[in-house]
Amino acid sequence: MSVTTAGEETLERRSRNRALRRFLRRRSAVAAGIVLLLFIVIALAAPLISPYNPIATNFLLVRKPPSALHWLGTDEVGRDVLARLIWGARASLLAGVIPVCIALGFSIPLGLLSGYAGGWIDSVIMRVADAMLAIPFLIVAIALTAFLGPSLGNAMIAIGIAALPTFVRLARGAVLSLKSEDYVEAARAIGNSPFRIAWRHILPNMVPPLLVQACITVAAAIIAEASLSFLGLGQAPPAPSWGSMLNAGQRYLAAAPWIAIWPGVAIFAVVLAVNIFGDGLRDALDPKRR
Amino acid sequence: MDLLGFALRRIGTIVPTLFAVSVLIFLLQQLLPGDPALALAGDERTPEVIEQIRQRYGFDKPLPVQYANWIGKAVLGDLGESYRTRAPVTKLIASTLPVTMELAVLAMLLALVTGIPAGVIAAVRDRRAGGTLVNVISLSGLSVPHFWLGIMMILLFSVDLGWLPASGYVPPWEDLGRNLITLIMPAIVLGTRVAAVLMRHTRSAMLEILQSDYIRTAHAKGLPQWRVVTKHALRNALVPVITLATIEFGYLLSGAVLTEQIFSIPGMGKLIVDAVFNRDYAVVQGVVLIAATLYIMMNLVGDLLYFVVSPRMRA
Repeated sequence: MSVTTAGEETLERRSRNRALRRFLRRRSAVAAGIVLLLFIVIALAAPLISPYNPIATNFLLVRKPPSALHWLGTDEVGRDVLARLIWGARASLLAGVIPVCIALGFSIPLGLLSGYAGGWIDSVIMRVADAMLAIPFLIVAIALTAFLGPSLGNAMIAIGIAALPTFVRLARGAVLSLKSEDYVEAARAIGNSPFRIAWRHILPNMVPPLLVQACITVAAAIIAEASLSFLGLGQAPPAPSWGSMLNAGQRYLAAAPWIAIWPGVAIFAVVLAVNIFGDGLRDALDPKRR
Repeated sequence: MDLLGFALRRIGTIVPTLFAVSVLIFLLQQLLPGDPALALAGDERTPEVIEQIRQRYGFDKPLPVQYANWIGKAVLGDLGESYRTRAPVTKLIASTLPVTMELAVLAMLLALVTGIPAGVIAAVRDRRAGGTLVNVISLSGLSVPHFWLGIMMILLFSVDLGWLPASGYVPPWEDLGRNLITLIMPAIVLGTRVAAVLMRHTRSAMLEILQSDYIRTAHAKGLPQWRVVTKHALRNALVPVITLATIEFGYLLSGAVLTEQIFSIPGMGKLIVDAVFNRDYAVVQGVVLIAATLYIMMNLVGDLLYFVVSPRMRA
């Protein structure tokens, strides 16, 4: 047994190295990864690099255009736009990652259960997933926030639930196709328990498709959080979020356009980077689909 | 298989999905923290008022009975009444849905007339540069938060240049010209993503088809290039676009919520956002139910069209 396990691990490592090499060859994807890393560093280091307190108002500085003191200007109550942008990265990046974690956390057990158990359990899970997919993504998120109550936490839960059905379908599909693979049959034949098979043989191979979907969903979730915050259903004021900054910015568009320009640029840059990174990841993990 | 058989079988799969959708939407109410009657009562939380609300909306009955009452009425076109204004939800939706549909259709048309030709040109002309350009444009189209794009367009075309109005929707039967002028920016904003998706798809489908044997034959027959491209290649490349367009329709319904908010268009999207703020849960449930039903129906129409135009499906 130990010989096969060692062999398996070398094989696994080798294919992982190949995927990494393929990824590193795509320069745009690597550049996108660096941009993302930069945003993460900015979000983490917000207390150190933010030039001002993001929620401190100053009525002497209402809607001042960009200057040497306030590089990106000030907003409708005199807060520094750059400081709010830097602190807002936290809400946006968290809102990209947490819903995906929620979706992954629920979809893997549900997908395993659905794919393994089959029968009525599978039918029920799939019917519910289909029903959720029949409601447009943002409308699910809006409806859920409406009933849960507007807050950043609830917006993230709502986005996570809205993203869940796609993940469940993907996880189940992976389980179904992996279940009939020769090595899984072999593992079963030599008497491995279903739990061990799921853990050792099926789960690791479910990762690539779920990882690619996770990347796509991070981009969608960042836009969804910005949308909900823009509508006033996400981050509660005065805490900064790129979406709520846009909401305020729209009201002072003629007098102070800088309030609305920068949060949008930030969202655009992050989402573009996530999408390019995700494309690279897909090509690296699944070269057939190019 | 004939069209009728296919249609009947497809409609058969819709019924359980619609049922499940309606149960989910009904159960949303259970997410309300605490007693829904208490939430509805607002500031007047006297026991009598709460009891009255409970009876009025049937909250005192068991859940399955509540669901049966709700769906039974919904099937007959009664989605309850707005908790705020007491107006029938069906009436609110009937007055806002056509506005959203007009916006969605305009956005889809704009996406079709820009995305498909752009994809074709990128595939036929210089392959490498075309590919890079399409990638850049379509990835940008997919990544830009389109409500921000809307705000930027207002900044440019309304605030700076003064060419287009930033808001002020006019119904088409009052003044069609004015109606189209107020909808042109929202439709561009809403259609951006769909255009990007269509462009990407058309280019890759065309590239694949242009390499096939029958295209080589058409060239060998001496047909002019434009004829080969439009008549022989594009026709086949466009078949999957039908499915793509119906899937993207769901996105248009989602996106309309934000677009309507930015441009103050009195559509279904604005209705649901206002309802969320007013805690008008019956309206929220009604809009979600109608949006889901529309989306399911669009997918049905898309599948039927696909069946009609794709001979392979009939085999």
